[in-house]
Amino acid sequence: MFAARGVSKRFGAVRALDAVDLDLNAGEVVALVGDNGAGKSTLIKVISGAVSADEGRLERDGVPVQINNPHQARSLGISTVYQDLALCENLNVIGNLFLGSERRRWSLLRKIEMERSARALLSSLDVRIQDIQVPVAMLSGGQRQSVAIARALVGEPWLVILDEPTAALGVEQTAQVLDLIRRLRDRGLAVLVISHNLADVRAVSDRTVVLRLGRNAGEFRTAETSPEAIVAAITGAAA
Amino acid sequence: MTASAKAKAIRWPGRSAERATRPGGVGSWPVVGGLIAIAIVFGSLNEQFLSAENLTNLALQLAATGTISLGIIMVLLLGEIDLSAGSVSGLCAAVLAIVHVRHGQSALLAVVIALGLGAAIGLVHGLMFTQLRMPSFVVTLAGLIGWQGLLLYVLGRGGTINLPFDGAIARLSDTWLPPWASWLVVVLIVGVAGTSSVLNRRLRRAAGLPLAPLNRMVLRIAGLAALLCAAVLVLSADRGVPLLLIIFGSLVVALDLVLRNTVFGQWIYAIGGNAEAARRAGIPVTRLRIVAFVLASTFAAFGGLLAASRLAAVNQSSGGSDTLLMAIAAAVIGGVSLFGGRGRPYAALLGILVIQSITNGMLLLNVDSSIRFMVTAIVLAAAVAIDSLSRRGTEQ
Repeated sequence: MFAARGVSKRFGAVRALDAVDLDLNAGEVVALVGDNGAGKSTLIKVISGAVSADEGRLERDGVPVQINNPHQARSLGISTVYQDLALCENLNVIGNLFLGSERRRWSLLRKIEMERSARALLSSLDVRIQDIQVPVAMLSGGQRQSVAIARALVGEPWLVILDEPTAALGVEQTAQVLDLIRRLRDRGLAVLVISHNLADVRAVSDRTVVLRLGRNAGEFRTAETSPEAIVAAITGAAA
Repeated sequence: MTASAKAKAIRWPGRSAERATRPGGVGSWPVVGGLIAIAIVFGSLNEQFLSAENLTNLALQLAATGTISLGIIMVLLLGEIDLSAGSVSGLCAAVLAIVHVRHGQSALLAVVIALGLGAAIGLVHGLMFTQLRMPSFVVTLAGLIGWQGLLLYVLGRGGTINLPFDGAIARLSDTWLPPWASWLVVVLIVGVAGTSSVLNRRLRRAAGLPLAPLNRMVLRIAGLAALLCAAVLVLSADRGVPLLLIIFGSLVVALDLVLRNTVFGQWIYAIGGNAEAARRAGIPVTRLRIVAFVLASTFAAFGGLLAASRLAAVNQSSGGSDTLLMAIAAAVIGGVSLFGGRGRPYAALLGILVIQSITNGMLLLNVDSSIRFMVTAIVLAAAVAIDSLSRRGTEQ
């Protein structure tokens, strides 16, 4: 159980976040939606340590935690997959999965150990890549997204944040990535998904949190809510 | 493995799974084909070209520039460039000669000082690149001009310093392995390569990982053995295997092993592929960039030392003229990408072999160096064009 309470952030004269609350639970997919400039990106940057909030606090199981940089977030078990994926296209799947946290003895790579764990991880997520030794540049967009998500799991996190995971994908690949997100939930992870695509939000999330102009603008059980209600909350038509 | 390889071959024709298995793995077959073509052409035009004596000379000629090229590869892998390698090699060789000859210090001390100077110059380049945020092109362009100037300055009016022919440094390039030692080296290399392949296969099987076909492994080891035996047979027919070739070969193999099997190497490739991703993954990008520039200049210094040893002298043109361009061309012909993240140290060996064969063959045919430059240019352009065409459409 993770909570953000009254988080505010200013950039100069712009109030990007204004006393925003957010609750995330294990085994639940939460969709964070809102129009451009609603504060979605700022909120996940606060949680993942890329920016620090001016006010408010973050809690893990009711205990306040400090997240001042990405490293602290990772060591608290918070993993973020950014929209640009941050993959090294010239490295193979294994190299990307363990990027920066290579298994090693002294400074020698433990290649066999890494390949074994990589195969186990990918097959546990049901990610199918024919040859994990090819450079990532040769994979499809959906496969790359899957590799980026799988990499987020290497550090055994309990919260995974996904920034627009389906933005650049076709229909079939989107379905694959949504399946993967469901499997993250089934593993008992808390998942926070940012998306512009309400169809994807409906397909995958348990709860939808709407931000508007940096404030909480509604929270819905996705399955019990009509798309129109969510759109109304996003645009402010309901108010 | 075979099923997946087949599926891959259907989706991405023109690129086999084997060639793509390593980071920066590149098909070196066009270059090998080019070498064979060069051997056939020059061999038929001049019977001297394929003689044991000439091939031995060729082996001696490629060590110095090849070593400089290894350093160039270190920065190319990061997507950067080092234009100063030629000047640095000349300057460090000059300092070596001054310490050794003018000040009468021991050869070993002189070598240590020359390599230390190379490392220090690389450190300066690296700091200017990472701390002052200057483009590597500009940093090393300044180095190209400035270190050349310093070379002329330290050499002074005389302009040439001769190294004693019977001194340790000159003897470096006039030392030949007796046949038994050469064969021992071959047995050791093949033995180690074979053993490590077998061990790796066992470990992979124990870990339940897919195995490459056994015959491919056997073929690779047998090919390596055949190649080394041929080289030793040819070279032993003349003066023997030159120590210079052993030194250069060891550097190539050592650098390749380091880049492929250590965290350092993996991070170098990662930075070359996507520096921002590497930084976000917690890789110390700045430190590794500095290390790469230090290595580049140190290899350049060592290359300059080998060149000085072969010439038994250092003069105003040491490391000048086309040394730098040939070192860069060798790396590129061998398949190192200028955009970073792709290529292996073997590129230096293959590329310099191509360039030096052309140079050597043209000299034997008494062709003017104008023609030699043009032919080298065509080979360089062709190598990059073939590489680029073969990957068209493979990367999305």
